[in-house]
Amino acid sequence: VSIATVYSPIDPNHVGHDNRTITPTSEAPGHGEGGPASKQIIVSFGFWIFLLSDIVMFSAFFAAFQVLAGNSFSPPPNYDLNDLAIETGCLLFSSFLCGCAALCASRRSLLGTELFLFLAGILGAAFLALEVREFLGLIALHQGPADGAYYSAFFALVGCHGLHVTVGLLWLGTMMAQLIAKGFRQDVLRRLACFSLFWHALDIVWVAIFSLVYLMRYAP
Amino acid sequence: MFGRLTWQAIPWSEPIPLVAAGVVGLGIAAVIAWIFVKGYAPYIWREWITSVDHKRIGVMYCFLALIMLLRGFSDAAMMRSQQAVAFHAGGYLPPDHYDQIFSAHGTIMIFFVAMPFMVGLMNFVVPLQLGVRDVAFPTLNSVSFWLTAAGALLVNVSLVVGEFARTGWLPYPPLSELQYSPGVGVDYYLWSLQISGAGTLLSGVNLVTTILKMRAPGMSYTRMPVFCWTALASNLLIVAAFPILTAVMAMLLLDRYLGFHFFTNELGGNAMMFVNLIWAWGHPEVYILILPAFGVFSEVIATFSSKPLFGYRSMVAATMTICVLSFMVWLHHFFTMGAGADVNGFFGIMTMIIAVPTGVKIYNWLFTMYGGKVRFSAPMLWSIGFMVTFVIGGMTGVLMAVPPADFVLHNSLFLVAHFHNVVIGGVLFGAFAGYNYWFPKAFGFQLDEAWGKRAFWLWIVGFYVAFMPLYVLGLLGMTRRLQHFDRPEWYPWVLIAGGGACLITLGICAQVIQLAVSIRNRAVLSDLTGDPWDGRTLEWATASPPPSFNFAVLPNVTGEEPYWGMKQKARELAHLLTAEPSYEAISVPRNTATGVVTAFFAVFLGFAMIWRIYWLAGLGFIGIFAVFVAFAWRDRSEEDISAAEVQKLDQKNRLVRAAVLAERASS
Repeated sequence: VSIATVYSPIDPNHVGHDNRTITPTSEAPGHGEGGPASKQIIVSFGFWIFLLSDIVMFSAFFAAFQVLAGNSFSPPPNYDLNDLAIETGCLLFSSFLCGCAALCASRRSLLGTELFLFLAGILGAAFLALEVREFLGLIALHQGPADGAYYSAFFALVGCHGLHVTVGLLWLGTMMAQLIAKGFRQDVLRRLACFSLFWHALDIVWVAIFSLVYLMRYAP
Repeated sequence: MFGRLTWQAIPWSEPIPLVAAGVVGLGIAAVIAWIFVKGYAPYIWREWITSVDHKRIGVMYCFLALIMLLRGFSDAAMMRSQQAVAFHAGGYLPPDHYDQIFSAHGTIMIFFVAMPFMVGLMNFVVPLQLGVRDVAFPTLNSVSFWLTAAGALLVNVSLVVGEFARTGWLPYPPLSELQYSPGVGVDYYLWSLQISGAGTLLSGVNLVTTILKMRAPGMSYTRMPVFCWTALASNLLIVAAFPILTAVMAMLLLDRYLGFHFFTNELGGNAMMFVNLIWAWGHPEVYILILPAFGVFSEVIATFSSKPLFGYRSMVAATMTICVLSFMVWLHHFFTMGAGADVNGFFGIMTMIIAVPTGVKIYNWLFTMYGGKVRFSAPMLWSIGFMVTFVIGGMTGVLMAVPPADFVLHNSLFLVAHFHNVVIGGVLFGAFAGYNYWFPKAFGFQLDEAWGKRAFWLWIVGFYVAFMPLYVLGLLGMTRRLQHFDRPEWYPWVLIAGGGACLITLGICAQVIQLAVSIRNRAVLSDLTGDPWDGRTLEWATASPPPSFNFAVLPNVTGEEPYWGMKQKARELAHLLTAEPSYEAISVPRNTATGVVTAFFAVFLGFAMIWRIYWLAGLGFIGIFAVFVAFAWRDRSEEDISAAEVQKLDQKNRLVRAAVLAERASS
């Protein structure tokens, strides 16, 4: 399949806003008023709304962290920024590979999709392993979540992100199995698109965690 | 093996919950036995429990709300009667039981009565008013409903297995921390609300997507009925506010289960952070509840005044203004925190400002009635009762928005009177108006008018008799949640409030009778037209009850109040219906047990976590994951209704409708 057919000029980013798909008999005056949107748009849009709600949840944990970070009972720990750089690299590159998988899926290449998804999953797992190692190290130093409010807020915020990555890995594995079992069915493709959105959203949250939790720790 | 669960968990020494649970349990067993004996079980399983039809799910939401209203009201009746006999005496409810009752009353009334009632009405009505065939995600809708029902079940299980929270309906720490609430009561509260909250959030995502992405051709934003606008605002608030609730309850769970220090007294925990976060959800929550009610009143008042809604655009603007402002007033719930004059002043002023769009709405409804041919049917009575009552509640709210006044009234019965004034007079009256208004659409027969009016008068008189004394008691210095008291000047007012509760009891009885009488006389009350009130919006353009696909052909919307426009056009043209459209086969989503099985495992997960039976919790989680995989692996998600079948159903509807239009045109 050539690039030209994949990136149609009317709909270069595959968002589905192709006016020709709207019911031709409609006399609607435009602005999305030509009747119900296509299933692809509905599913992606709904998932965006869900992601926004998820980010609101993170914002509550961020707020709690900011409130509790300044307390005098629990001095902030010393983070290993080298490990963090590797961790961050794993997560961001995993997202890049997830994007590659989406491109392969739009070319209907099963092998490529599976391969890139697998690699994205490996990097996600590596991220998690590094995070768990960091957590265990902190607990060993009596800087665990039960040792003070700063640590509570830290473990909850970073752990909540880690929990999302874990759920993402479970989803990713299920998607890979489903791709083999069901092929590039329309609903499978829609789910794959949602997974991509989810995986990228976790990057956005991680960038905020990296900046506000880890880097600000060393701010003058 | 069974965590903290032992035989001691059942309160053998307390007869009230045991007897109550026994009676309810026998009642449920009798209903289930009746269903099986009559052979209705397969029908109920196929057509209701596994249904993904938004109308069925909406009806089930409202049914859940009505059942839980009985439970929540029983708690209220116990509180009123306890206080009536607790002057210089201990009364009949020991303090630890009384505390559970007021906590359960608030929790149930907000989360399992008001929420499901409003979500149910939105579910049922919004797709019909938008002129589409279903919500955006029908199966997700079923999951949402059953998760809400799972939460309700867990709250009721706490009646017999263990205990409920004794912390009030919002479990403020440090009281709700493990140190001061070592039992499972707070855990019951947290897990049941986490489960039902997940359902509410998913329902919010679903309806926002439906309203923004699925509308009949030509249904632009400024042609959407006001109920759809208020539903949009309400669901946007759900999406923006419920995650905060999830987060703050997760923090309290971490404190209680894993020894975190978010809100503890030790090691830097900050209890006021809980209060801030929970009200950052809690204040939008009151607008999540009241906005759909405003929408119901807008529909009812326009229909029963036989006039278009006055100031449609200002109504929309007011709705969206409230939607945004609702996030900027949360601190008025705890001025006494001591944030300082500037902060309190800001939140006081914001609170007063939010009264302005609400006032705009009141005037719009009044001007809609002005000059109209007003029909005083039951839904209209509830709406007028609302306007009077809500204005009083709103004014006492603005009074308490003045921080110095709030310092005097905080935690007093004046506050209790205020929020019951707006929640009963606003949300509950709205729910009852909507219930009377849309019941014929859902079932094809009207509710009995005489008993409906009796219920209204008993309720509204009962409300004033029950709650106006609480304003006086608040000003006399009586605080909320008192198990007993010894101030003689309070006693007569407490007794009057108890009398009001009796009147409300009669009102609820009248509603039960209304439903029973209506079902018995359904042949007489039947509505074949699909349009019993001479309605103005699209839900009245289809049959009652609507076919599973709602509309045989998606209506083409050319203006505001689309169905009224169609009827006007038909009258002008003197030929009654447009030419028969060409029918096409319609795909409808297949029913699935995904929702109910997910909720089944969620109940196990929640129950296991409450009692710390971690292996069972693990099984519950695996069960939920397995359900999702099974759902994702389905090969057929939709089935077709043939064009011939659609035509057959629609022709029947068109014939009846033509006859009605002819009759109305000639009269």
